[in-house]
Amino acid sequence: MFKWLDPLAKPETLFHFCGKLTPWLMGSAIFTMLLGNIWGLGFTPTDYQQGDSYRIIHIHVPSAIMSMGAYMAMAIAAFTALVWQIKTAQWAVLAIAPIGAVYTAIALLTGMAWGKPMWGAWWVWDARLTSQLILLFLYFGVMALHGAFSDRQTGAKVASLLAVIGVINLPIIHFSVEWWNTLHQGATITKFGKPSIDPSMLWPLLISLLAYKLLLAALACYRLRTAILENEQHRPWVKQWVAKQ
Amino acid sequence: MQPRRKKRLFSMLLVISLIAGAVGAMLFALQQNINLFYTPGQLVQGLGEGKIKPDVGQRLRLGGMVVPGSVSRDATSLKVSFDLTDDSGEIATVEFEGILPDLFREGQGIVAQGILKSANVLAATEVLAKHDEEYLPPEVAEAVKGIRHVPPSQLQQQNRPQSNYGG
Repeated sequence: MFKWLDPLAKPETLFHFCGKLTPWLMGSAIFTMLLGNIWGLGFTPTDYQQGDSYRIIHIHVPSAIMSMGAYMAMAIAAFTALVWQIKTAQWAVLAIAPIGAVYTAIALLTGMAWGKPMWGAWWVWDARLTSQLILLFLYFGVMALHGAFSDRQTGAKVASLLAVIGVINLPIIHFSVEWWNTLHQGATITKFGKPSIDPSMLWPLLISLLAYKLLLAALACYRLRTAILENEQHRPWVKQWVAKQ
Repeated sequence: MQPRRKKRLFSMLLVISLIAGAVGAMLFALQQNINLFYTPGQLVQGLGEGKIKPDVGQRLRLGGMVVPGSVSRDATSLKVSFDLTDDSGEIATVEFEGILPDLFREGQGIVAQGILKSANVLAATEVLAKHDEEYLPPEVAEAVKGIRHVPPSQLQQQNRPQSNYGG
């Protein structure tokens, strides 16, 4: 079924594939990021309840959704690395982890900045906030475990195992606002049925969401290329490629 | 698929499902403790199957909608009291001294933290505003929901000409 993916497991092929993809991804990420943020922050109407404060949604929601998306991508790479023992998948885990951690931190910080004026508190030990904080610690855990063993292979395996197990936190984050009473409001766009946001505010939000997704892909490709070069530096194909630059 | 890979795949799936089961059981056991607040209905009728009611003097959070017309302010201090309600129709009173959040208004969701003074009266030390997941421009909100979101202090100054949406 996934036969077309097989050649990409080879570091050299993957390196050139990512190299072709990166500029396109980065270009479209910059374009959609500018469009989404300028439109969302500058040209959407104010909210009936929250006035201008709600505009931080255009940073908070895309980074929060993609922090979970990045985790899912990392966990799939980790699962592939563990079961099929593909080393490029292993490198992808470490390529995605710091990007996801930064997205999570952005979501937490913008959430705090939003919570203070609207709720009246920077932080509340609410199920949604706490589970999102655990996501940040899971990212830290994956990164730390990678370097925690003198044998790199062991570290990589243990980190991948943590990444796969941590997937359990994703449904908890998503459904926390439904399963328990929380201060955090329910889902606006990631739910079945009509999004409860005016179209004039929804479109820039969806564009920003796409921008964060493209940026994640672009940065992950970039970091994966660096990882491939680092791990394969003594191979002849790398030397040939460097000589051509 | 090679037998070795198959073995690894099944052992991975086994580990994941075991841990998912453990976490699920843990969260189920903690069900009542993870809730951030009691609703007025849970406060009056009791929480969960055991109908456990909190004790007077217990520290807890109470969350619900501010009952319109129930907000009463002390003329000389920052003391304020208001009633909260939820779908169950039960009413609980919150007494608070301090500055209310900007989003506080009648009909708004509120979470108050404090000490239970009697069965349904909470002496709050902190009042937080909860907002819903709907985002609408003020004109649309007025047309669709028939709501003019106006903070209570401004209600008393008689209808201001422009629509107010913020604090």
